[in-house]
This record gives sequence, structure tokens and C-alpha cells, in this order.
Amino acid sequence: MQIFHHSTNTLAKVSIFGALFAAAGGLWLVLEVNRSSYVTQAGVARIQPVQFSHQHHVGGMGLDCRYCHTSVETAAAAGIPPTQTCMNCHSQIWSTSPELEPVRESFRSGKSLEWVRVHDLPEFAYFNHSAHVNKGMGCTTCHGRIDRMPLVWQEASLQMEWCLTCHRAPEKFVRPQAEVFNAAYEPPADQLELGRKLVQEYGLKPRTSCSTCHR
Amino acid sequence: MRGPVLTAALLSVAFAMGCRQDMHDQPKYKPYRASDFWGDGRSARPLPEGTVARGHLREDTHLFTGKVNGQLAATFPFAITESVLARGRERYGIYCTPCHGLAGYGDGMVVARGFRRAASFHVDRLREAPPGYFYDAIANGFGAMPSYAAQIPVEDRWAIVAYVRALQLSQHATVSDVPPEKRGELGAPAPAPPAAGGHH
Ligand code: HEC
Ligand code: HEC
Ligand code: HEC
Ligand code: HEC
Ligand code: HEC
Ligand code: HEC
Repeated sequence: MQIFHHSTNTLAKVSIFGALFAAAGGLWLVLEVNRSSYVTQAGVARIQPVQFSHQHHVGGMGLDCRYCHTSVETAAAAGIPPTQTCMNCHSQIWSTSPELEPVRESFRSGKSLEWVRVHDLPEFAYFNHSAHVNKGMGCTTCHGRIDRMPLVWQEASLQMEWCLTCHRAPEKFVRPQAEVFNAAYEPPADQLELGRKLVQEYGLKPRTSCSTCHR
Repeated sequence: MRGPVLTAALLSVAFAMGCRQDMHDQPKYKPYRASDFWGDGRSARPLPEGTVARGHLREDTHLFTGKVNGQLAATFPFAITESVLARGRERYGIYCTPCHGLAGYGDGMVVARGFRRAASFHVDRLREAPPGYFYDAIANGFGAMPSYAAQIPVEDRWAIVAYVRALQLSQHATVSDVPPEKRGELGAPAPAPPAAGGHH
């Protein structure tokens, strides 16, 4: 007496075998979802109290990042400019534009403009701008083409694996120190060659031990 | 059958509990974080007026105010070396070129978009002005020009003044100012401007 046909033997084998793939696929899916912009919020521009455009101010006018982000070379935080910095120019330029009313209101009342944070590492991770931008790490390497962003979005995932791809191989990303603030810099064709030279010259040894970033 | 289902359900509840974001968003202040404790919502407290950090009393009036005995200083408070000039060139590029232009003629990008045009640094009045005059303009502002004290540290202000002096010289230089061995290079293409700001 035979209840099951012979072919079910193969079916059973295939489905056991297949379950492995299903499990692996499921795991892969979870990891990919975790890397996706839905989770990391990369590529998502935030609505700001004022439509401040890096495209106009940096790409169009050629303002240097440090005109506004004054502490980026000396401190952990790059710094967000106070309202006074905007008023340096907007006391005269577009000084009656309704678009800039929140800026003038903030200047009159002394209340801060409440910018919405775009980049936000979890609190258990430590990051320091001055340690990077004084060592040939360009703003656009991590932040993307800011000079083309009408509103800022996060370009990289900011996940640990992203930090580590560079900490393990800085020669793939390093650029000459004079180009760090140049938003239009494009890596040359012989990046690896140049990179190895610069890594030596600047003495780069980014650490990958846990306590570098979790302290 | 009930056992495994129950275990699975309990396990998934246990996993879901791991999804709380307490460690991501800890109740501490990072720079620029909003505060619901202070009325103005800032966690970074503005300093009360007149605050002096220990060891930072601004006793050196020449360095900090650009004045000596109440007169605009005619000298620099520290020696001007090549590296100070290079620093000044970079900082001038960041903070001054938007309005005063790369060479100091007052033809910056922001002026082209409607900001009041400043006098050229190459008029006789400003060529004869002492370094303290320029320092004072940076530190306290000048007419329509705002103060840059919040953006530029003291030493950098003097470095910028030194670079402005160099710019002034450069626009009134004659061939006899060029060392004889370098005269052959005249007429060669100019070196690229500094990377910082002002180009495009
Ligand atoms: C005219 C002033 C100004 C200049 C110049 C400027 N920025 Fe900004 N930047 C701002 C302001 C204001 C914000 C906050 C509003 C926003 O996020 O758009 C900001 C936000 C940012 C952010 C996102 C911050 C966050 O919330 O995570 C990044 C990254 C950034 N700037 C990078 C740069 C880089 C790189 C340059 C130079 C290529 C530059 N900025 C030049 C004013 C400026
Ligand atoms: C160095 C001068 C300068 C500074 C500093 C500056 N702006 Fe502007 N801004 C301009 C000019 C010039 C324009 C006109 C844009 C154009 O003509 O391309 C402008 C335009 C704007 C506009 C109109 C929309 C647009 O982008 O064209 C907004 C909004 C604005 N600025 C916000 C700000 C804010 C907020 C700050 C402070 C973080 C700031 N600006 C700092 C010079 C400046
Ligand atoms: C090695 C990568 C890297 C480089 C290079 C880099 N940034 Fe950032 N930046 C980050 C990260 C990561 C954050 C988020 C920090 C956090 O949440 O604590 C950030 C945040 C910011 C912010 C938000 C405010 C703050 O300080 O948290 C600004 C503004 C900013 N960066 C500007 C710049 C500018 C301007 C440059 C170039 C001079 C630059 N960054 C270079 C990775 C980088
Ligand atoms: C594009 C390359 C690059 C990326 C991306 C990058 N780093 Fe770095 N990091 C470096 C280099 C280069 C150094 C300096 C190594 C040296 O000085 O020898 C460094 C140094 C550091 C240091 C040591 C600073 C100190 O105080 O000694 C910390 C902390 C750090 N990085 C954190 C991070 C974190 C967190 C991230 C991700 C959010 C990150 N980095 C992403 C290149 C990078
Ligand atoms: C170059 C910096 C860097 C180094 C080195 C580093 N981490 Fe991280 N780590 C991060 C950052 C940034 C995050 C946050 C990533 C995110 O937001 O998804 C993180 C996240 C984590 C998390 C995830 C926590 C969570 O809730 O998602 C764990 C666990 C962790 N790190 C453990 C480690 C261990 C263990 C080591 C040493 C082997 C290590 N890290 C080394 C930067 C680093
Ligand atoms: C936002 C545009 C702007 C920026 C940026 C700017 N200035 Fe000015 N500056 C002006 C204007 C406009 C005047 C003329 C003011 C007037 O006549 O009311 C001026 C005047 C001056 C004067 C006095 C000139 C005279 O006629 O006696 C000096 C000196 C000066 N600036 C130096 C600087 C230096 C150094 C920097 C860089 C740290 C700088 N400025 C940045 C707009 C600017």
C-alpha cells in the first residue's frame, strides 16, 4: 500500500532545502529593509521653518561652508548658524520678502529659528567633525552634493557599516586637504594611488575598535 | 500544539520589547538640542553679559581691541609670518570675498545681487589707514557691514588684516618690487585662486 506517490520524496527534499533559502531570504530582507532609506531616512528632505537653500547659497553664490558652520574645524559639532549670520546679508537682500519673515521675526525677538535636524546619530555613537575635516575628509564625501540641495537631505545611511567602510580603507575616500570644503570636488581616476599617498602624508590610522565610537 | 504557539508568541513579544529606542534617544543634551526646561527652548545657554572665562580676561588691548592708548594701532600685535599670511588669505576668502571680492575692489557675489557696495581697499584713504582700522571694522562692523566678531576669532582677524595689506601692496606694485630673479615669471598665467569661496 502506498499513500504518497514516489515524487513526494523529492518534494519533501526540495521543500526542506527550500526552507533554508526562505529563511536566508527572510534574513536578507530584514537586513535590506534595515539598510533602506525607509529606516535610515537617507534621501528624505525635511520641511524647514525657512526654505534655506544650499543650492543658492553654496552652489550659486560660492559661499564657503565655514562662513556659516563656523565650528566645523575646531569642534565635534559643525554648528548651525545663528540668525545674526543670515542677517549679515538679509538686512539688505530680500529684506521685505515674506519668505524671510521667520528670520526677521527671530532676529527681532531673539528667539531661535527651530531648524529640523537632518543627521542624527543615536546617542551611544560618538562622532567628531574636527577629527575628520582636518584629515582630508571632504564634506561631500559624507554629505553628498550639498551645493545641489534646495533642502538638505541625508545622503549616507549613517549606519555603523558605513562608518567602517571608510575607517577600514580611508585611501578610497581621502582628498587633498585644500579640497575638503570644495563641494564640487570630484575624485580623480587614480583615487587609490593618490589616496595611498595622502594616507601616508596625513598619517591616517582610523581606528575600528569599539571604544572609538562607543565611549 | 498550544506550547510552541505560546512560546513563539512570547518570544516575539520579547523581541519587540527590544525595539524601544531609549538608548538611541537618551534624555541628555547634545549640541543644539531643544530644551523644555528653559523658557526660550535652548539647551545651550547664552552667557550673561560680561562673563569672563577663567584665564581669558582680555587684558591685551592691542590684540583684542586693535587700539593702543585709545588710538587705532599702527602695528600688528604679533609677528606676521608667511603662515599667518596664508591663514589670512584663506579666512579672507571665507568671510570677506562674498562682499569685498577676491582682490578687494568691492565686487563680491553678494554685491552683484544687491548688497551695498563697499569702497575699494585700493583707494588712498584705506591704503594709508592703520591695521587697527581694519581690525576695528571686522570686530565692530562698519556702517552697513555687520560685525564679524562672532564668526572670526581674534588671531584670524589680524591674519585677515595682514592679507588685506598684502592685497593693497599687490595692486600698487611695480616691476621694481619683484625680486630680479623672479621677474622672468611675470606674464606667466596667474596661480589658481584659493579653494575657499568666492569662485564659480
Ligand atoms: C549661508 C549659510 C550656510 C552655508 C554657507 C552652508 N550652510 Fe549648511 N546649513 C545652514 C543652515 C541654516 C542649516 C540648517 C537648515 C537645514 O538643514 O537646511 C544647514 C544645514 C546643513 C546640514 C544638515 C544639518 C542637519 O540638520 O543634519 C549639512 C550637512 C550642511 N548644512 C552642510 C553644509 C556644507 C557641506 C556646506 C558647504 C559646502 C554648507 N552646509 C554651507 C547654513 C549654511
Ligand atoms: C553672504 C550673504 C548671505 C547670507 C549669509 C545668507 N543669505 Fe540668503 N540669500 C542671499 C542672496 C544674495 C539671496 C538671493 C539668491 C539669489 O539671487 O540667487 C538669498 C536668498 C535667500 C532666500 C530666498 C530663496 C532662495 O534661496 O533664493 C532665503 C529663504 C534665504 N536666502 C535664507 C537665508 C537664511 C535662513 C540664511 C542664514 C542661515 C541666509 N539666507 C544667509 C545671501 C545670503
Ligand atoms: C566623516 C563623515 C563626515 C564629514 C567628512 C563631514 N560630516 Fe557633517 N556630519 C556627519 C555626521 C555623522 C553627522 C551627524 C552627527 C550627529 O548626529 O551627532 C553630521 C552632522 C553635520 C551637521 C549637523 C550639525 C551637527 O554638527 O551635528 C552639519 C551642519 C554638518 N554635518 C556639516 C558638515 C560640514 C560643513 C562638513 C565639511 C566641512 C562636514 N559636515 C563633514 C558626518 C560628516
Ligand atoms: C570617509 C571616511 C570616514 C567616514 C565615512 C567616517 N570616518 Fe571616522 N575617521 C576617518 C578618519 C580618516 C579618521 C582620522 C584617523 C586619524 O586621525 O588617524 C577618523 C577618526 C574618527 C574618530 C576618532 C576621533 C578621535 O577623537 O580620535 C571617531 C570617533 C570617528 N572617526 C567616528 C566616526 C563615526 C561614528 C563615523 C560614522 C558615523 C565615521 N567616523 C565615519 C574617516 C572616516
Ligand atoms: C567607526 C565608528 C564605530 C565603531 C568603530 C564601532 N561602531 Fe558600533 N555603531 C556605530 C554607529 C554610528 C552606530 C549607529 C548605527 C545606526 O544608527 O544604525 C553603531 C551601532 C552599534 C550597535 C547597534 C545598536 C542598535 O541599537 O542598533 C551595536 C550593537 C554596536 N554598534 C556595537 C559595536 C561593537 C561591538 C563594536 C566593536 C567591534 C563597534 N560597534 C564599533 C559606530 C561604530
Ligand atoms: C555682507 C557683506 C560684507 C562682508 C561679508 C564684509 N564686508 Fe566689509 N563692508 C561691507 C560694506 C557694505 C561696507 C561699507 C559700509 C558703509 O559704507 O556703510 C564695508 C566696509 C568695510 C571697511 C571700511 C571701508 C571704508 O570705507 O572705510 C572695512 C575695513 C571692511 N569692510 C573690511 C572687511 C573685512 C576685513 C571683511 C572680512 C572679514 C569684510 N569687510 C566683510 C560689506 C561687507
